[in-house]
Amino acid sequence: MSKLGDLGARLHRGEVGYDFIGNRRIWYGLSILITITAIVALAVRGLNMGIEFQGGAVFTTPKTAVSVEQATEYAEEASGHDAIVQKLGNGSLRIQVGGLDTGKSDQVRAQLAEDLKVEEPKIAAELVGPSWGEQIANKAWTGLGVFMILVVIYLAIAFEWRMAVAALVALIHDLTITVGIYSLVGFEVTVGTVIGLLTILGYSLYDTVVVFDSLKEQTKGITKQTRWTYSDIANRSINGTLVRSINTTVVALLPVAGLLFIGGGVLGAGMLNDISLSLFVGLAAGAYSSIFIATPLVADLKEREPAMRALRKRVLAKRSAAATRGDEQDVDGAYDDMAAEPAVVGQRSRRGRSSERRG
Amino acid sequence: MVALTGGMFWSGHTKPRLGIDLAGGTSITLKAKAEPGQESAVNESNMNTAVGIIERRVNGLGVSEAEVQTQGRENIIVNIPKGTNEKQAREQVGTTAQLYFRPVLTVAAAQPPVADPSAKPNGTASPKPSASGKPAQGDKGDKDKAGQGAKAGNGEADGKSATPTATATPQGRAVTEGLKAPSPTATASTSPSAPAKAATPPAPEQTPDPATAALQQKFAALNCLDPKQRAAVGQGVKPTEPAVACGENGGMWEKYLLGPAEVDGKDVDKARASLDPQTGQWIVDMTFTDGGSKKFQKITSKLSQQAEPQNQFAIVLDGDVVSAPRVQTTLSANAQISGSFTQQSAQDLGNILSYGALPLSFVTQSVDTVTAALGSDQLQAGLIAGAIGLALVVLYLVIYYRGLSFIALLSLGVSALLTYVLMALLGPAIGFALNLPAVCGAIVAIGITADSFIVYFERIRDEIREGRSLRPAVERAWPRARRTVLVSDFVSFLAAAVLFIVTVGKVQGFAFTLGLTTLLDIVVVFLFTKPVMTLLARTKFFGNGHKLSGLDPKSLGAKPPLRRTRRTSAPAAGTVEPKEA
Repeated sequence: MSKLGDLGARLHRGEVGYDFIGNRRIWYGLSILITITAIVALAVRGLNMGIEFQGGAVFTTPKTAVSVEQATEYAEEASGHDAIVQKLGNGSLRIQVGGLDTGKSDQVRAQLAEDLKVEEPKIAAELVGPSWGEQIANKAWTGLGVFMILVVIYLAIAFEWRMAVAALVALIHDLTITVGIYSLVGFEVTVGTVIGLLTILGYSLYDTVVVFDSLKEQTKGITKQTRWTYSDIANRSINGTLVRSINTTVVALLPVAGLLFIGGGVLGAGMLNDISLSLFVGLAAGAYSSIFIATPLVADLKEREPAMRALRKRVLAKRSAAATRGDEQDVDGAYDDMAAEPAVVGQRSRRGRSSERRG
Repeated sequence: MVALTGGMFWSGHTKPRLGIDLAGGTSITLKAKAEPGQESAVNESNMNTAVGIIERRVNGLGVSEAEVQTQGRENIIVNIPKGTNEKQAREQVGTTAQLYFRPVLTVAAAQPPVADPSAKPNGTASPKPSASGKPAQGDKGDKDKAGQGAKAGNGEADGKSATPTATATPQGRAVTEGLKAPSPTATASTSPSAPAKAATPPAPEQTPDPATAALQQKFAALNCLDPKQRAAVGQGVKPTEPAVACGENGGMWEKYLLGPAEVDGKDVDKARASLDPQTGQWIVDMTFTDGGSKKFQKITSKLSQQAEPQNQFAIVLDGDVVSAPRVQTTLSANAQISGSFTQQSAQDLGNILSYGALPLSFVTQSVDTVTAALGSDQLQAGLIAGAIGLALVVLYLVIYYRGLSFIALLSLGVSALLTYVLMALLGPAIGFALNLPAVCGAIVAIGITADSFIVYFERIRDEIREGRSLRPAVERAWPRARRTVLVSDFVSFLAAAVLFIVTVGKVQGFAFTLGLTTLLDIVVVFLFTKPVMTLLARTKFFGNGHKLSGLDPKSLGAKPPLRRTRRTSAPAAGTVEPKEA
């Protein structure tokens, strides 16, 4: 059995016990590195803003034999502006021309129709003023702000403020990474991108919330026992929901990947592609952050609480005592099931395999 | 669900209404521009008035189903389906020409006269009879003659002369008595300004160009009884040029020949209907802005010197004469229009004046032309992508969940069906249109929907791992899964709702679909997945944890409860475990 298949099998049985919390500094470091890269990229390279943000027109022609170079020449001649021409999967051309207004756009369209020898009505024109994208972007920022505030309030009420803070950090982290990747790779930022980016909001938090929900459930009455610290339980929550997180992310990514590669492949650039691209990047980042950033952060914050510190002391004391006695059960048990089911927990802690940790 | 589906077929809306991008057409986004100092003008009621007016304009083109809606606080989206003259529509919507005060040069009956050439007032190069077969009435003819004289271009009252003369004709020339007074006949009065100066007759409108002849011709040919002509008459008219227009007058249509606009709607500060306490009649009070007062003073002093019908000014809204009150004295900052108003008509006029007066001009934000071909291409690609994505999801679920995937797929199917039905029903109900981002949203939502099952299934598996048999596991897992599903769907819905509220256009369609599918997800999980799961737990296949059911306790790594034996299944696991994709 391959290593991957083995991991799959162990996931299937719910036996994975990776120490996410213990290695959190590695992941924090990685995230900080990525974030800094993203910010630097953004500062140095900026974003490749689409036509919506500069104003201009996008013409989509029917299927044509005219080459991209030829079409670029036509378009630039007709408009007097730089043109970006892409060949779409179905043989049609997508011609972007910046700095056109309504009247000029019609002229260019007519000229293009003549040059490309197609009927004018068959050329679709999408005309946008420079303020359109700006407005969408402004609305997006507003939406982002409102959403963040509401979610923080909601999470603070439904869970607690530490989780709200951690979720927020994870969210910002996801957005930064996504924007950074856009900047690095030079993908074009369009309205579709903004839509995709906004959708990440919901998705990113969705995953996080599921983990938090499990964490909240498992830490009920945590101070009444001395077997596990908060971090231990947080770790188990992540591991417990890992299968779900992986499955959900895979299931969510599959249709998006379909949109991205198939939709994009058939049609070339377009709104489908823009949305799915940012979704794809954001989804992956969201899954990562809910596991490696959000929950460890909560654990970090929680461990600062006096009650949790006291608990940690008690747990560690008990463990060292147990270790001197040569009883390995408790150490092992840290990654096992919950105290709520003592019979099961006691029994399952004998399982040999769970002590074998993957790194 | 059955009821909903039934409703869909019953109502006959079996297909979602396709958005403009899928059906083809033109989508125009207008943004209200607030003039400095008048920011409060961009408010809901003004936006709604604007929508009404734009709607009249667009649908005046003969477009059915054109949609004009406000979106957000300051946007108006105009969706014009395919089959429309898109350029014309764009001009229609884009122009902000709304309200003008134009001097009346001529008034005539609604339809062009025919039959009797001698009665034909405007022979000007247009001997062709118009479609309307009605001969003009005598007095109308007179009126036409009278009016005609006002314009250059027809030297002779009986328009046999086909040559337009380029000489400007003083306006005050041909006046015929016995005109039917346009009502609401206004006796505008109560001006605080100085009384009329003994002004010299105002300079005639200088329009010594061939356009005048064309205008005369147009005027002659105009038939205001024809709604199409009525709609077309105001198109592309520049305020600085004379124009022809139609106006309804006490239930009768009349046509007007109008001079260039002297005052425009922006000059009106406010206007409102009120009941004159003295006469008990409805009147419309207007207040002009400073600049407007000066202009209005100029035009009224000029007009008050004129005889019928040129002592009238026409209030022209989008090319239609709304009212043509007579001027009796020079007016300035304040004016009153009185006449045979009903409360409704007075209020309407007040609104119209106010609207024109408001600095609510629109900037065209974007004009999207989408050909139907492109739309269907995109839809097709979207659907293909969705189908492939779905197939991959199915494959993954089948491999991972085995028999359980049956429930998952059934639930997904139900969810998809519900989404479709709701979309079809919401089309006519709230104007929901399936556009490309909405398709995208629906595809993305597959993930959200599937997640609920995954959460539930994993909970059930957890329970089984703890050694329970399936039936109690299903029941015990449910409350915990339910909470998780609710909490996470809430977050997802919150995101969709916020997006929907704060954004515009394309983004909104996407957010709406996302929100809708999130809600449906809850419905499906509660009312379908859970009951079906409970039912299936009673079957032998699932209940006994068949190897292919996805609930095989052995392969899940469960241990029999309360027996302290080592699990023996581990070595065998490799043969039955699915691979991680």
